[in-house]
Amino acid sequence: MADTAAASPKVRRSWKDVDLRAVAPFVALALLLILGAFANPNFISIDNLLNVITRSAFIAIIAVGATFVISAGGLDLSVGSMVAFVASLTIMFMNSGALADPMMTLVAAMVLALAIGAACGLANGLITTVGRIEPFIATLGTMGIYRGLTTWLSQGGAITLRSPDVQSLYRPVYFGEIFGVPFPIIAIFITGALAAFVLYRTRYGRHVLAVGSNEDVARYSGIPVNRVRTITYVIQGLCVAVACLLYIPRLGSTSATTGLMWELQAITAVVVGGTALRGGVGRIWGTICGAFILEIVGNIMLLSNFVSEYLIGAIQGAIIIIAMLVQRSLVRKS
Amino acid sequence: MNPDATPASVSSGSPVLQAIGLSKSFGPVEVLKDIALGVNAGEVHAIIGENGAGKSTLMKVLSGHLQPTRGELRIDGEPVHFSGPVDAERRGIVLVHQEILLAPDLTVAQNIYLGRELRKGLVVDDRAMNEGARQAVRDLGGDIAPDVVVGRLSIAQRQLVQIARVLLVPHRVVIFDEPTASLTPVETDALLKVIADIRAKGTGVLYISHRLQEVKEIADKVTVLRDGKLVATRPASELEPVDMARLMVGRDVAKLYPDREAVAARETVLEVDDFSVPGYAQHASFQLKKGEILGFAGLVGAGRTELMEGIVGLRPGRGALRLAGKPVHFSDVHASLKAGIAYISEDRKGKGLLLAKDLRENLTLASLGKFVRGLQVDRARERAALDQAISEFDIRTGRKDLLAGQLSGGNQQKLLLAKMMMLDPGIVIIDEPTRGIDIGTKEQIYKFIAKLAQEGRSTIVVSSEMPELIGICDRIIVMRGGRIVGEVAGEHMTEDEIVVLATGVKTGEAA
Repeated sequence: MADTAAASPKVRRSWKDVDLRAVAPFVALALLLILGAFANPNFISIDNLLNVITRSAFIAIIAVGATFVISAGGLDLSVGSMVAFVASLTIMFMNSGALADPMMTLVAAMVLALAIGAACGLANGLITTVGRIEPFIATLGTMGIYRGLTTWLSQGGAITLRSPDVQSLYRPVYFGEIFGVPFPIIAIFITGALAAFVLYRTRYGRHVLAVGSNEDVARYSGIPVNRVRTITYVIQGLCVAVACLLYIPRLGSTSATTGLMWELQAITAVVVGGTALRGGVGRIWGTICGAFILEIVGNIMLLSNFVSEYLIGAIQGAIIIIAMLVQRSLVRKS
Repeated sequence: MNPDATPASVSSGSPVLQAIGLSKSFGPVEVLKDIALGVNAGEVHAIIGENGAGKSTLMKVLSGHLQPTRGELRIDGEPVHFSGPVDAERRGIVLVHQEILLAPDLTVAQNIYLGRELRKGLVVDDRAMNEGARQAVRDLGGDIAPDVVVGRLSIAQRQLVQIARVLLVPHRVVIFDEPTASLTPVETDALLKVIADIRAKGTGVLYISHRLQEVKEIADKVTVLRDGKLVATRPASELEPVDMARLMVGRDVAKLYPDREAVAARETVLEVDDFSVPGYAQHASFQLKKGEILGFAGLVGAGRTELMEGIVGLRPGRGALRLAGKPVHFSDVHASLKAGIAYISEDRKGKGLLLAKDLRENLTLASLGKFVRGLQVDRARERAALDQAISEFDIRTGRKDLLAGQLSGGNQQKLLLAKMMMLDPGIVIIDEPTRGIDIGTKEQIYKFIAKLAQEGRSTIVVSSEMPELIGICDRIIVMRGGRIVGEVAGEHMTEDEIVVLATGVKTGEAA
């Protein structure tokens, strides 16, 4: 988006130049909002919308990380398991009572979560680049590992944040708001803005898109392909950690099923947002829009009586296929 | 000289395959303009022209792979329309592709009968196919066991299999698209015999090549294309190779290359000592002098590209490199670029440019560090650099926001040169600098290379086009089978001397 606005002013631009693929997710979101308003008048209320967007924060933030991985030509299936793993370790640290002061405990726990997320991402990145294993297989493996470790840590049960002091201190991170805007929504937009800056404005971002566009060209241009790829997985890990930081105060507990299937939702959000799975194109705001669409579809189904809410998974599956078909037809026209 | 190859008298009557007013455009670019052409039975009709003259496009239209934009095709005087290559084959027009299109893991017989397997009831009849394949290859003067896996054959043997596969279809016109491009002189001679046999059976042959001596030997008629236009069709007996060259280029050939002053002995900037790229190049040693243009000649597969890729760190290599006397080793392109060596790949679409990105992003990709201000890439400075590159390298583009993939081949090559020159390298290695680009752009690129030398930069040019190397280089190193086999300079820089070195066979014996 920023690209079109910044292009050479001497060249006359017309409607034909607008990339329909970039606009499509926003059009879809607008149509959904209209549909929702017809289905149930309560849907369009500010409270409901803020509520829905707040709930989409986890997937939205994880999917922003996935946008980096995918636009560099990679894939990360382990993010759902990583959420469970990172959140469990973070809660266990806070329960350990290593630091007496609740505030210090919380700050240290947050730093620890980010470090674990980055380390998990680094592991994924090194296995795919240095180990030269297909990202699908590599992250399928770590997906099992992170999930299995979580199950083992929790001994099959739940890991719950025990200290009431830390709990009350931590609660506002999910439930608090600034000027009436819930904090998770602010977190989505800060993450999005940072990610968009890195991907569209920095040298690293340009390298990510070059590697995803054609790895050979990148290599022949002197770009350190493995380093660029590995860092995308670290960014993914950091995004997962940020999502964990929002997730922990919501329930205060994790289990072996935390974040189950989130990887599929994140990939769906990325694809619905207009990022090509083969790499080379990344659309941060499209991805966030995609995450909103997924949550809103679920919400509309809950509020309306047309479709059983038990069909949410099937509908989300259908969305990804429809999104791909729409993109394909838009390519053909341009 | 092959006795069968003496041109028969040009037969008259209605041509088997005829093109009338044929034009073909890709988008706004017209690559074929109003071509009129006829192929008679029992005649070899050669199509010659520079790279980019439209030869391959013409062949693809004649064989149904592409639809003409205007004009019509006739078979035996009747207008026809090919819906695709299969349709053309059904009518007896078959094409032998330039590239080898065989499945390497299947046997000779399986490849020859691929898609038209002989069956006995429900199962394939391997015995009949092996017998048929053996006979088909023998008809072409070859001797290859039909149950050998194609991946184990030499290039020449594979080509024979490919021809056998094509000739299995009942055919009236066979089109050969540069069949000798990767063959040794002996293999070429064998292939010319095959073609003479095909002609003797009353089949029309269209033969594309830019090897003029070969054309003189085999062809009855010669058609010259230049910039998509038909320049002349003449009996081969009336044309000597030098006349053909003049018609192809449209002017005296010598003028294509810039005049350069002789280079006096100067200091060595790059010394390569006993350098090997495992599997591709062995024990290569050479020196590159300041301000010199050094050519690398050899057949396809001689290991020239791989040697250069090894030197700049794109492939693992062993041996010593000294840059201005200091030992260096490059583990990736980042390191060699930093040391001032730029390698410009022969594969500009696959390894040189991001076809789906715009000109600006391509131009600055290798030198992005120069455009970073604070944390951001400064797009205004990138655009200024693009403006400068467009004028300096004469990149012809209507709009500056085009994608690299939308440029013509010649303009892509200029953009790639501009991209690598952004780093101001002291040593430039250019692999196949003019592959697939038009004659006008070629001349510009030769001038550009000459200018590099004038500026005191040292250049290595890897090329399969010998006239080009002879025209622009100070001296030429020849490689064969992964080894440096010789060097020619001065008056010894002739095609004959280079071919002798590149093939290990004296040309006299081959012809």
